[in-house]
Amino acid sequence: MKGSNLGEFEELVLLTVAALVNDAYSVGICDELTKYTGREVKLGVVHAVLNRLEDKGLVKSSLGEATNVRGGKRKRYYTVTNAGKASLLKAKEVRDQLWSLIPDFGFKAI
Amino acid sequence: MKKQKDPHPPRWAQRLLAWYCKPELLEDLEGDLNEYFRRNLKNKSIARARIIYVIDVLKFFRLYTIRKPEFINLLIHFIMLVSYIKTSGRNIVRNKLFSSINIVGLSISMSVGLIMISMLWDLFSYDRFHENHDRIYRIISKYQFLDHKDNSFMATTSLKAAKAIKEEFSGIEDVAIFGWAFNGDVSYNDKTIPLSGFWANEAVFKVFSFELLQGNPATALKQPFAIVLTEKSAKKMFGDVDALGKTINLKDKQYTITGIVKDVPTFSHIKFDMLTSLSTREVLEKNNKHEMAWNNIWSTWAYVLMPPRADLNTFQQELNKLSEREDKTIKHTHIQLALQPLTNIMAGENLNNQIGTTIGSTVVWILGSLSFIVILSACFNYTNLSIARSLRRSREVGIRKSIGALKSHVVSQFIVESVFISLLALLVAFGLFLVIRPHFISLESSLQMLKLQLTPALVLLFILFAIMVGVLAGLFPALFFSRINAVQVLKNLGSVPVLKGLTLRKVLIVFQYSLSIIAITATLIIYKQYKHFISFDLGFSTANILNISLKDNKAELLIKELSELPEVKGISQSLLVTSVGNYWGVHMKNPNNPTDSAGVYYNSVDENYLPLHNHELIAGNNFTANTQDSIETEVIVNQHVLKRFNIAEQNPAKAIGEVVKVDGKDLRIIGVIKNFEYGKVNNNSGKEVIIRYLKEKPRHLNVKILSADWPATYAELEAIWKKIDPVHPFEAKFYDDQIEEAFNGLKAAMKLGGFLAVLVICIASVGLLGMVIFTTETRLKEISIRKVMGASERGLLYLLSKSFLTLLLIAASIALPLIYFFFQQVLFPEIANHAPLNLSELFVGVIAVLLLALVIIGTQTFKVARTNPAEILKSE
Repeated sequence: MKGSNLGEFEELVLLTVAALVNDAYSVGICDELTKYTGREVKLGVVHAVLNRLEDKGLVKSSLGEATNVRGGKRKRYYTVTNAGKASLLKAKEVRDQLWSLIPDFGFKAI
Repeated sequence: MKKQKDPHPPRWAQRLLAWYCKPELLEDLEGDLNEYFRRNLKNKSIARARIIYVIDVLKFFRLYTIRKPEFINLLIHFIMLVSYIKTSGRNIVRNKLFSSINIVGLSISMSVGLIMISMLWDLFSYDRFHENHDRIYRIISKYQFLDHKDNSFMATTSLKAAKAIKEEFSGIEDVAIFGWAFNGDVSYNDKTIPLSGFWANEAVFKVFSFELLQGNPATALKQPFAIVLTEKSAKKMFGDVDALGKTINLKDKQYTITGIVKDVPTFSHIKFDMLTSLSTREVLEKNNKHEMAWNNIWSTWAYVLMPPRADLNTFQQELNKLSEREDKTIKHTHIQLALQPLTNIMAGENLNNQIGTTIGSTVVWILGSLSFIVILSACFNYTNLSIARSLRRSREVGIRKSIGALKSHVVSQFIVESVFISLLALLVAFGLFLVIRPHFISLESSLQMLKLQLTPALVLLFILFAIMVGVLAGLFPALFFSRINAVQVLKNLGSVPVLKGLTLRKVLIVFQYSLSIIAITATLIIYKQYKHFISFDLGFSTANILNISLKDNKAELLIKELSELPEVKGISQSLLVTSVGNYWGVHMKNPNNPTDSAGVYYNSVDENYLPLHNHELIAGNNFTANTQDSIETEVIVNQHVLKRFNIAEQNPAKAIGEVVKVDGKDLRIIGVIKNFEYGKVNNNSGKEVIIRYLKEKPRHLNVKILSADWPATYAELEAIWKKIDPVHPFEAKFYDDQIEEAFNGLKAAMKLGGFLAVLVICIASVGLLGMVIFTTETRLKEISIRKVMGASERGLLYLLSKSFLTLLLIAASIALPLIYFFFQQVLFPEIANHAPLNLSELFVGVIAVLLLALVIIGTQTFKVARTNPAEILKSE
C-alpha cells in the first residue's frame, strides 16, 4: 500500500464521491467526472480506483435498492470516511501552501 | 411481459463474468454493465451495444475482480482424491459388466492411438540427431516446360544449381551435395560385396552430423576417387583389419578409402553404405554436357546450412534470381527453386525423387484422422454408458451433495473415475499395442522405416494420452452429475433428466452400425477379390516353378549345375517374370497398314519356356534351340496381336509365316499362343503380347521343381548358387508366391480393413449395449405394470427390441447401397477380371453384425422381461 498519499485521479474520484453525497455510485461518479473534467472516463478505471480507495479505508460502501435499469441488480453506494476527509483536506492544504509560494502567478499567466 | 422482449446482453458474456468475478463484486459489476448496456441501446444498434458489453466484460478481468482459488477447497480436493480413487475402484468392481465393457472399448481404440503416437514420435525424431538440424534446408525444384507445369516440387535439384549456390551465394555456411547413385560390387583382393551409396561432396560432414571415426572430415571427400565406408561395410569387407588408405575396386575403377564413418542412424532420411567424392564425377563425366545442365534436375540433392537467424526471404529472392538467369540457357524451360526444412522431410509433403523412403503427410493425416474418429467414438460410448447408469449413481450424488459436496467436487470425482478407468484401459491397450505393432509395421513397405520402439518419454506420453482420453470421456458425465439437484433426486428418482439427447444417441448408433457394416462388408469383398486374383487362371501354369533372379551371372553355368539335381524337372530362361506387374514394351508396325503402329508387350525366352509353363500353342511351333548371337528372325504372338493388327483375318493357322516389323526388325510369326495374363490380373493393359527369342542376357531362370523335402532342396540350390556367385544373396521364389506378393497392396488393405472392422464393431456393440441397458432400466416400472396386466414375455421382448431393430435396419439400408454403389459403379469398372459381386458377400457381413447386435439386445431385454414385477413395484 502506498500510504495515504492520493494519486491525481484518485483525488478526483474521492472528491466526486464527496460531492455527490448520498448518490455516489460507480456509474454516477463516472458521469459526473466526465461532465467536469471533459475527458472520457472509463467505467473500468473508476471501478478499480473505488476498489483501491476502499482498500485504503478512504471510502466505505453499502448496497442500495435494486432498479429496473440495472436489470434487477443493486447499486453500491460509496461515502467518504473520516480518513478520506482527512486525506482530501491534506491534499488541499499542500496545494494551497504551494500556491501561496507563487506570487502573482495567476496574473502573469493571463 | 414487456421485459421479456427487451434486448439483453449476450448470455455467454454474463456467464463469463459470473464465472471469474468475485462474488462480493459481482452484483455491482453486473448492474453497472447492464446500466451502460441500456444507455448504449438508446443511441446505438443492438449489435454494437452487445459488442461493447462483451469488451467491457473482458476489460473487467483484472487482478482485483477475479475470484481467488480457495485454499481450503483445494485442500479438500486433495484429501478427497484418495476417497475418489477408492469409490472409483468400488464402482468398477460393483459393476463388473459395465467396467469391462468400458475398459475393453477404450483400450481397443486407445491401442490405435498408441500406435499413432509412437508413429508420430518416430517421424518427428527423424533427422533430429544432426546438430544443426534446425538450420539445414534442402533445395527443391519445380519443373516447367512451356505450359506443362509439374504440380509439386521434386526433392532433387540440378548439380548446376547446387554448385552455383555453394560458390556464388553469400550468407550461407555451406552446401552438402549428394548425387544419385553410387551402387555396385566393391572388391578388395578376391573378396567382393555389393554396397550402395551416393556421390557426395566434402561439405557433407560439415553440414550433417555423420561422425567420421577415421579420416579427416574436411578433406575425406575432396579428392577424386576417394571413398568413405560406413563402419559396418568396412567390417564386412576387411574384418578387423584397418581399412583406411586401402584401395578398392569398383566397376573397374580404383578408389582409395579416406574415411570410416559411423553407421547411419535409423532415424536419418539419408541412408548409405558408402560415399564417394563428387569430384570423381568431374573426371568420369568430363565429356557429358548434360551433367551440368540447368534442367538436369533429377539426380542431385542439395542441403544448405544456414547461419543462425538467417533471413530465408532474401535467400529465396536470390534463388529466384538464379533461376531467372539460368532459365535462359534452356529453351522454354522454367525451373523454380525453393527451400524445405530438413525436419520437414520425413513427415512433410509427398515429393517425388526422394533420396530415401519417406512417409509423407498424407499417410499421417489419414491414419491420424482414422484414429481420432475411433477414439472419439469410444469416448462417446463411455459418456453414453455413464449417463445410462445415472439412475443408479444419481442417488449417490444426491447424498454427496446434501452432506456438503460442491459441484466441483462431484466433477472431480467423476473425472477421477474416468481417468482411473482409462488408465486401466491403457494397460490393456499397451498389451494390444505390442501385439499389433509388428503387423502394423509389415502392413506397408514404407512403414518399415518406423521402429515404434518404447522409450521412457514415449511411455510418459502414453500415460498423458490416457489421462487426456479419460478427461475427455469423463467430462460430460461429470458435468451432468454435478448439475443434479440433490433435493429432487432424493425425493424422486424420475426427475433425473436422462431422456435428453435421445435422438442424438439414436443417430450415433445408426452411424456406428453403418460404419461397422461398411467396414466388414468391404473387407469380405476385398478378401474374395484377393483370393480370386491369386488363384486366377492366367492362361499358363505356374505350379512348382521357382524363379531365380540371375543378377548378371552366366546362365549356362547355373543351368548345368542345377540340371544335375534329381528334383529339377526342367529349366528355362526368361527376360522377366510375367503376371506379377512387370511390363516391357516394344513398337510394332501393322503389316497391313504401314502407317499404323502400336506398342506391344513382350517377354524374351528360350525354347524351353513355353512348354515349361504350359502355354498353349494354337497354331505353329515353338522356337527351336538357337544360338544367342544369331540374328533375331522369329516371333510368337498371342491372339490379341492378331486381333489388334487384323493379321490374316485373325485366323491363327493362316497367320503363320506372316512377317511383322518389331523394333525395326522383320520377324516371321512362327506360332500363335492362347491369350494369357501378361501384366497383373487386375490390370487392363498388357493384352497384346509377343514372345521373342532371348538374344540378351536372361534375368531369370525358371526352374520346375518336384521335391518331397523342400528345405533340403532349397539348401542344395543355395549351395550351388554360392559356388557360382559368392557375392550376391540367393534370390529364388516360387511363381505362386510371387503372384501373391504382387497383390500385397490388396492384402494390406484387407488387413487394415479387417482390423478396422473389428474395431468399429466392438465400439458399436459397446455403444448399443449401453443404449439397451439404459432404455430397459428406465422402463422397468412400465414393464412391470404391463406384466401385471398380463403381457407375455415374448410380447415384451418384441416391445423392447423393436426400436433397436428399426435402428439396425436403417443402418443396414444406408450401408448396403453405399457399399454396392462404391464397388459396382466406382471401383470395379477400373479393375479387370474382378470377381462378380454376389449378394451373399453383401449379406454375410450384415447378418453377422445384426446377429451380434441381436444377442446384445436379446440378453438384456430378456433379463428385464423375466424380472418379477412384484419386486420392482414393491420397491417404488
